[in-house]
Amino acid sequence: MAREHKDYEDIPGTFVFDQERSRQGYGINMFCMSLMKEDNRKAFKANEAEYLKRFKLTPEQTDAVLRRDYNRMLELGGNIYFTAKLGATDGHSFQHLAAVMTGSTQEDYAKMMLGGGRSIEGNRSKSGKAAAAKPARAAKGSKAAKGKSKTRSKARSKRG
Amino acid sequence: MARIIAGVASSHVPAIGAAIDNHRTEEPYWKRVFSGFEKSKEWMAKAKPDVCIAVYNDHASAFSVEFVPTFALGCAAEFPPADEGWGPRPVPVVKGHPELAAHIAQSVILDEFDLTVVNKMEVDHGLTVPLNLLFGSPKEWPCPVIPLAVNVVLYPPPTGHRCFMLGRAIRKAVESYPEDLRVVVFGTGGMSHQISGPRAGLINSKFDKAFLDNLTKDPAKLACMPHVEYMREAGAEGVEMVMWLVMRGALDDKVEEVYRYYTVPASNTAVGHIILENKPRGAGRRPAARKRAAARKAKTVKSPAKRAAALAKPTIIRGR
Repeated sequence: MAREHKDYEDIPGTFVFDQERSRQGYGINMFCMSLMKEDNRKAFKANEAEYLKRFKLTPEQTDAVLRRDYNRMLELGGNIYFTAKLGATDGHSFQHLAAVMTGSTQEDYAKMMLGGGRSIEGNRSKSGKAAAAKPARAAKGSKAAKGKSKTRSKARSKRG
Repeated sequence: MARIIAGVASSHVPAIGAAIDNHRTEEPYWKRVFSGFEKSKEWMAKAKPDVCIAVYNDHASAFSVEFVPTFALGCAAEFPPADEGWGPRPVPVVKGHPELAAHIAQSVILDEFDLTVVNKMEVDHGLTVPLNLLFGSPKEWPCPVIPLAVNVVLYPPPTGHRCFMLGRAIRKAVESYPEDLRVVVFGTGGMSHQISGPRAGLINSKFDKAFLDNLTKDPAKLACMPHVEYMREAGAEGVEMVMWLVMRGALDDKVEEVYRYYTVPASNTAVGHIILENKPRGAGRRPAARKRAAARKAKTVKSPAKRAAALAKPTIIRGR
């Protein structure tokens, strides 16, 4: 079944861990949770595919875990606070995972954060609707960018 | 009578806890973050609350996806630090205040906030990092802390408005507690950050600063902001800032902002911090007006025993 459209689907580069993903990703998240125990970490490392069978993952989910495709895990219902435990089991820092998810090197990612992080400009909306509303409002001479975006989002959520 | 004297909001970035635990607070990167809390620690040492209520979220430590309570009130006598994968943080066990917690649960549930009561729970960095930032690293936390865990991991979290109204219900509960306790409420998490997906690393200082401004001056307006706006403007995980609204709702409508600090980054997150004080009640009023206010208060007390107690001891709040 296709995902129902949600207002936040328009946010780029983002997989919101919502009820639908939670339902689909229960196995991924419970698998990740199991890695909080040393014995389980050892069992997983000894035979990853075999260990994963305990958690009733779909073939796509199993594949995403084995390939450490963190974005795909999120898309298939994993939650970042859970998948981060898999990263820790592999001995990676969180910043390493963040870099991987953004398709960047850890060094470049760290530099971006030191420079003030990823800018919101150009990163608000896939459709461009959220950004496009801005100049139209600005024409009225208002400087209150926050106020504008609030009104915009409210209208959006009413439609959705 | 118990009373909420102030609210504190603070980020709870796990890396801040790691910097403390690994003695890295003097490194320039971390010094920048911690320097912003020096005055706050002084403020807290003077405020000396009898109890704190800490609104925070669990990060797959105490709660997995097996059950996801929207609001979970810690009613236990103590809450050990959770093992988040590197062993429990070397911080004191959080001592609760079961009597006040039970009173709050009883009061807010009848006010239609269907809390989950939790009598056994470990607490993670979401709670312990803000305690470190405001209390430093003592051998024991200086006062009992009642944890209030809010689900902000599984969408949708409670709305900002719901959080704000819960804060109000908590204020009402605290103010009907007979013991003379001075209470500080913590709102934790935020500010802008996204730690998941290709847009990870997002920071929006403009949003954060406006949020801080509105938190002080116009929280009712802030409480109407829909989740999609938090997620779009402040990052997918930035939606956890709704927790600050529980703290704000627990304060008076008009508050005094006594301190704020903001810096980017700590790890992947914009660090925000604010201290809001309730103005001492009765301050500036003439004695006669105070008496009238006390009499009005006494009238609203229903039980005869409580009423007698209230009349015997007018509820004038001491100034500081």
